Amino acid sequence: MGEKVLDKHITVINPELCKGCGLCIVACPQGVLKFHDKFNSKGYHYAYYVGEGCTGCSVCFYACPEPEAIAVYKKGYVLKENEEVL
Amino acid sequence: MAKELLKGNYAVVKGAILAGCRNYFGYPITPASEIAEAAAYYMPLVGGTFIQAESEVAAINMLYGAVSGGIRSMTASSSPGISLKQEGISYAAGAELPIVVVDIVRGGPGLGNIAPEQSDYNQIVKGGGHGNYKNIVLAPNSAQEMCDLTMLAFDLAFKYRNPAFILSDGFIGQMMEPVEFPEPRTDFPREDWALYGDAESKKNLISSIYLDPDELEEHNRKLQRKYQEIEENEVRYEEYHLDDAKFVLMGYGIVSRMLRSAVDTLRKEGLKVGMLRPLTLFPFPKKQIKELADRGAAFFVSEMSNGQMVDDVRLATELKVPVYFYGRMGGNVPTTEALIEQIKIYYQKS
Amino acid sequence: MAKLAFTKSKAFYDQYFRNPNPDKKSTHYCPGCGHGNVHKFIAEALEDFEVVDRSIIISPVGCSVFAYYYFDTGNIQAAHGRAAAVATGIKRTHPHSIVISYQGDGDLAAIGTAELIHAANRGENITIIFINNAIYGMTGGQMAPTTLIGQRTTTTPRGRDVHNEGFPIRVCEMLNSLEAPVYLERVSLHDTKHRAKARMAVRKAIKNQIDGKGFSLVEVLSPCPSGWKMDPVDSIKWIEQEMTKVFPLGVFRDKSKEVESFHFEKPQLPADQITDALGLSQLKVQHFEQSKPEEKYRNPGIKAAGFGGQGILLLGVALAQAGMLEGYQVSWIPSYGPEMRGGTANCHVHISEQPIGSPLVAFPDVLIAMNRPSLERFQNDVKEGGLIIYDSSLIDIEPSRQDVEIMPIPATRMADELGNTRIANMVVLGAYIGYTNALNKETVLATLDTIISRKRLIDINRQAIEKGYEFGYEMKQKASGK
Repeated sequence: MGEKVLDKHITVINPELCKGCGLCIVACPQGVLKFHDKFNSKGYHYAYYVGEGCTGCSVCFYACPEPEAIAVYKKGYVLKENEEVL
Repeated sequence: MAKELLKGNYAVVKGAILAGCRNYFGYPITPASEIAEAAAYYMPLVGGTFIQAESEVAAINMLYGAVSGGIRSMTASSSPGISLKQEGISYAAGAELPIVVVDIVRGGPGLGNIAPEQSDYNQIVKGGGHGNYKNIVLAPNSAQEMCDLTMLAFDLAFKYRNPAFILSDGFIGQMMEPVEFPEPRTDFPREDWALYGDAESKKNLISSIYLDPDELEEHNRKLQRKYQEIEENEVRYEEYHLDDAKFVLMGYGIVSRMLRSAVDTLRKEGLKVGMLRPLTLFPFPKKQIKELADRGAAFFVSEMSNGQMVDDVRLATELKVPVYFYGRMGGNVPTTEALIEQIKIYYQKS
Repeated sequence: MAKLAFTKSKAFYDQYFRNPNPDKKSTHYCPGCGHGNVHKFIAEALEDFEVVDRSIIISPVGCSVFAYYYFDTGNIQAAHGRAAAVATGIKRTHPHSIVISYQGDGDLAAIGTAELIHAANRGENITIIFINNAIYGMTGGQMAPTTLIGQRTTTTPRGRDVHNEGFPIRVCEMLNSLEAPVYLERVSLHDTKHRAKARMAVRKAIKNQIDGKGFSLVEVLSPCPSGWKMDPVDSIKWIEQEMTKVFPLGVFRDKSKEVESFHFEKPQLPADQITDALGLSQLKVQHFEQSKPEEKYRNPGIKAAGFGGQGILLLGVALAQAGMLEGYQVSWIPSYGPEMRGGTANCHVHISEQPIGSPLVAFPDVLIAMNRPSLERFQNDVKEGGLIIYDSSLIDIEPSRQDVEIMPIPATRMADELGNTRIANMVVLGAYIGYTNALNKETVLATLDTIISRKRLIDINRQAIEKGYEFGYEMKQKASGK
């Protein structure tokens, strides 16, 4: 399997680790993060990335208090073997 | 080996350094300040650290931090200061940290005075802080033992991962006697529980928290098993003319010196007295006391307190034989002569 | 190279195995709590500076009591308020470690105020991260030292009242009055720009420690939505609108460029250097011949007494030291208990062929009295057949005892004639051994090197002993009718 390089910026939110505080949503300069209508298993309306418009600015990553709930990958990021970001 | 004439308080510090102690954290208090002063002088000379802490509480917590690093370290204070340190001692007991603490006991309660007493027995031997724990407690009665038992305190503390105390008083601290020092210890193994600031040790956690009731109970049971093991292996005492004694004198620390003189005098007069001196107050020589009680010997306990160790003696005799008590307080030291007078009164009775 | 992935730091455990919660990937913090943000700043900095393995984080008491669930570093959990003292202890023990004391406002600014101020004042090379959220979160929302005036908490149900609770404590400003701190900054988590500043401040505070710059503290205004009973977004607004008015943001102190790097060293010395440092290798095994006193002068219990400043204690030490050199058992104890009253200094010395029981000398064989109160007080305790030596140049009465030997000696006058009244103690010491031969003069003279710290005074003390010795020897000859 050849190496894969991301061709766009993306934000990945783990719905199970999101506590629904909304701080990423108000912080996102592009307004591309939203609350999901669904609940996660903890009972929170989790945040999600709408899929378009991320600039890889990482603001949401630092706004999120959870270490592992949000990851941001910039264009050009080379995925490690077996790594999936989507 | 050459001997040095020096005070018990200094013998503590030299003994500690010879035993590998490299950190001292303390707060000045009479009559323990000389220990801090000696540590301030010697620690930097041996690559060690001395910090005069802002409080007794800070000192014991610096010690908690230092011993987390697996390095032999100590503090010393006197009774009111020890009261303040009790929180940290409880934490160290819970986290199983081998801290070494010296208590040069003075008169209480409250500010009391600066003269020698033995009124900290309960607060040191029975734990003192919160929780189900015990300290290892050693009671020297000479300048030589201030050195030797301090060294032993470090060994026992690290062997069992448990706080160890030197329970002494201003009298022994101030007394000068010849002391013979052993060779310094230099090679210490890495402790597998300690934090050395490296990759190998970073997995370790120093903590006394067990949120789950069952876990905390299990932790406490483990501690009790450890105390049991200490009781089985580490009882130390001195016997003096006990073979045919029908009347056993008991005292620890400085009082045992007067009792020894009393035994000498009374033996010359034909009284069958002997002395049992605990060097370890926890573990306490319960078995030895019981054996003597089973033999029918009566006990006479003297302390510079309202009678604290005497409770443990009574328990150990299972109340089978009389246990008499003579105490002095406030800094008054029972003289050999006063002890002899008291002993004779009770000796007739028993 | 610019960072291309913003993911969970390697300074965090992959799985929070210490957390009893079955979910090993989530923190225990409430939604919107600022602790998590600051944890992330710390973890990222430790990873970027490549110091994760040598870092030790102190978890306090408060909501961050379980910080050790998360950081893949060394971890110590400390008692409430004591984190700065614990940090001091471990940092001084392993100076190469990177020690971070992570504390909340109750821990740091209430119960741990003393530990904080003094760690700062010593300039400990540690990093303190101070989470100020104006409330006690862990215990359920009680007043903190940083609670705002009028703010309702469970213990200020009608709002913080300055007459009852005083004013919010400003930690950075308070510490800024001290000389030692190197870096003090207050930051906030209320928006993107301020979170970025907070992140940089945490990095700087850690870098300062790595560089050996000294004490750094970052105070973080941090949301506590649960404690404040607000939703997370309102919480950050409240920080901006209310907290920053009381706690102005900014750098209060930054001397990190000016101060020199300093790291403590903890050298491990070989055994011989330790022995040297303790002064033990200088101790010589000396063989002094034992004196051969008359029977009645053997095994003396000696009490020496006088005014403070007359060198009474030193006299006793010289006796004990000489006794030790001659191979006797010896003990020395200064005045104790009630004897300390009345302004006299005294000491008890035993020199014995047998092990010494009580070191006290309640009934002395020999009383050395250097002033009148001492003679009056102790003469009746002297054993029958004992010896009283007293300074007749200062004591204008004679002992009333008829059943003891008595040697008056004008010791202070003799010392004065030698040029120093302060050596009267040594004159008396010489006289005692001259009279009794309890110790050899050579042995007593040999103690001077050890007991006299000012070397230029050794010679005059030697003269005093010699002079006293002659006096005592002659007195004995006279008393024996020779």
